[in-house]
Amino acid sequence: MIWRLLAKYWAKVIILGTLVAVSIYVSIYLLGKGMYIPAAMPLIGSGLISYIFLSSKRYPLRWLVPGLIFLAVMVAYPIGYTFVSSFTNVGTGHMLSRTQAVDQLLGRTYAPADAQTYSYAAFANEAGELALVLTAEGESLLYVAGEASSIQLSDSRFLDQDGDGSAEAFGEYRRLSIAQIVPRLSELETYAIDFEGAEIGLRDLNTWVTRAPLYEYDETTSTMTDLTTGVLYKAVDGIFTAEDGSEIYPGYRVGVGLRNYARLLTNPQIAGPFAKVFIWTFVFALLTTILNFSLGLGTAVLLNDPFLRFRTLYRVLMVIPYALPGFITILVWRGMLNESFGIINVILTSVFGAGARVKWLTDPMWAKTSILLVNLWLGYPYMMLISLGSLQSIPGSLYEAAKVDGARWWQQFWRITLPLLLMPLGPLLVGTFAFNFNNFTLIYLLTEGGPPIAGSVTPAGATDILISYTYNLAFQGDRGNQLGLAAAVSVLIFLIIGTISAINFRMTGALEELSKNV
Amino acid sequence: MYSRHSVLGSVWRHGIVLLLCAFSVFPVLWIASASFNATNNMQTQQLIPPQPSLVHYRELLNSERYDFFGWLWNSLKITLITASLTVVLAGLGAYSFSRFRFKGRRVGLLGLLLIQMFPQMLAMVAIFLLILSLGDVFPWAGLNTHTGLILVYLGGAMGFNTWLMKGYFDTIPRSLEESAKVDGASPFQAFYKIVLPLARPILATIFILSFISTYSELIIASILLRSNDMFTLPVGMNLLISDQYGRRWGMFAAGALVSMIPFLVAFILAQRSLVSGLTRGSVKE
Repeated sequence: MIWRLLAKYWAKVIILGTLVAVSIYVSIYLLGKGMYIPAAMPLIGSGLISYIFLSSKRYPLRWLVPGLIFLAVMVAYPIGYTFVSSFTNVGTGHMLSRTQAVDQLLGRTYAPADAQTYSYAAFANEAGELALVLTAEGESLLYVAGEASSIQLSDSRFLDQDGDGSAEAFGEYRRLSIAQIVPRLSELETYAIDFEGAEIGLRDLNTWVTRAPLYEYDETTSTMTDLTTGVLYKAVDGIFTAEDGSEIYPGYRVGVGLRNYARLLTNPQIAGPFAKVFIWTFVFALLTTILNFSLGLGTAVLLNDPFLRFRTLYRVLMVIPYALPGFITILVWRGMLNESFGIINVILTSVFGAGARVKWLTDPMWAKTSILLVNLWLGYPYMMLISLGSLQSIPGSLYEAAKVDGARWWQQFWRITLPLLLMPLGPLLVGTFAFNFNNFTLIYLLTEGGPPIAGSVTPAGATDILISYTYNLAFQGDRGNQLGLAAAVSVLIFLIIGTISAINFRMTGALEELSKNV
Repeated sequence: MYSRHSVLGSVWRHGIVLLLCAFSVFPVLWIASASFNATNNMQTQQLIPPQPSLVHYRELLNSERYDFFGWLWNSLKITLITASLTVVLAGLGAYSFSRFRFKGRRVGLLGLLLIQMFPQMLAMVAIFLLILSLGDVFPWAGLNTHTGLILVYLGGAMGFNTWLMKGYFDTIPRSLEESAKVDGASPFQAFYKIVLPLARPILATIFILSFISTYSELIIASILLRSNDMFTLPVGMNLLISDQYGRRWGMFAAGALVSMIPFLVAFILAQRSLVSGLTRGSVKE
């Protein structure tokens, strides 16, 4: 018994110790990159975890730790970080932290006028490791394994068997011909040889040259000076900018306050298309919910009829779209709606003539229609299934009483069926609305948001919804990745979804239920 | 509300229903037919292939540019790992919320409820930056790795599934575990040997729901995965067809049919829970 306890104790010590060690490693790494806040996270996290597993008072939390780590790191932190990013200029040209950008710029060098040039010979051993011998004005230096040192050309390790004055080998290293050097040029370019206080780098295939730092950074005034021209660059909005407006890349991330939001709402070239996308998102989510529910309910009412034969077979056939992966069936529909080859236009033109060809995916109105049509196909079976379930729970006596009172079938439908269905199905309809509000897969695979809105400086299309617009802003390469602006759109979606969910909670009483019986 | 139909009433009802069946079934028949049609051309395709052939399936198997079976394998691997780990992690958390009373429990439950309202993909910008920097420290979990993708998926699945599972655990009587504890079982043994076997239905449900949603996930996969050989099916199939319906329709159709199979199997297994309100209309489409 005692041994088992001891083993358990030591297992705990080893596992927690490893965790703490790894988190310290990560923190040091992040500190080195100038990321101070992220660097604190692993330390706080591993500290908390160690406490939870060492304190017997916190026993129940031990069960939660594994899931909570993922929830915290992959959901809570990204949500928070999205908010933070929406107030910054992060994006193409502004990906680095300030420290990283400054470091990178300070690493840049140039060859000054009085630079020393070197000719060189390159040698490689069997493992492919290089040894370089650089020579200038009779002085030579050896660079091997990252270390530079003085060397005499009379050194006994040089082997000049044919006596032509240049060595064919250096110790176990064999001389490389020009043809052998060329494939390794990109490797040589990364070398920065540190010799007697000067930095030597590759200039061209045949020569090396001493280099000096290109920029000088003044910490107190946050200015960069170009040492070749003497031009002073001031830090403006996350990029070093000269008087004449020229900039040095890379820039860095910097807070820009509410500017991203202001651009979405007031910059005419962005705000116009953004407003269109915003409105279409609501219109699409609302229309698609109503359409899918109407057809689903109508079908359910038909199929619920006990006098209808083959209804089980019918139901199975109708559920098929729901039982297949959307990412495939949407692409199939995209093919069927293809303007020149698609089966739908082929049928239309063969029946009504060539004039009946419809631009299903390239005309703004038709593209919107296609989106609604395909989503109807995808979504009405689900609505039918949930309606069928609820229809069966409506007591038949209600209809009999209505019949006795002389109500027609449509009166029965409006006064009994619909109100009694909407009660249980209301939250599911709100759920469908919220789901379609962010139905990226449908939009991206069917139309890619297109056709594009003319005159928009951001990548926006007629069928883009907010989430696909966010994706375009952030990850569509051709106009740069505007991650900060994309984050601002994300925050707006968060606020909208939050409001919808709050309404849904109110309707279902989920929160009251929570406080009653958790 | 229903009464026996007249002949006319019967005709129009069956007419409408058959029309809807055709609407539902046609695209599936059409793609199945395309996969067996020897022609790659959509325009000349006929619903009943004049000379049925497996040429497109062979094309799919031999294609060097489009590694369809590699994508299928990636998808199945990622999906199965995610679904299994989701069940484990959600199970542990749910058991704690269901059986223990501790400080912060109510706040924790409320937090889970609130956090699962927000689809994780909304934070795509931050997730991208997070995985980008994670890759700096641990290259095996950075961009273009399956590990990174699975880590993200696991986080996204936690909130909803923990709630679902906790609800089920609450219905299992505690007296069983208590008697086990009297016999000297530790809380973990009670969980593992008594509660888990009883909770098999919900474990299966969560596994399959997680399978279905992960299998079709497009946006995070397309942000994080960068090279052809790492793609999952949704990213890969979009690349395969990339609007070249005139040229690669047959090959795409064959791939589409194969891709449907794992999903269809999962759907049939999970049918009942998908249809009941359990999933709030937000699991698939």
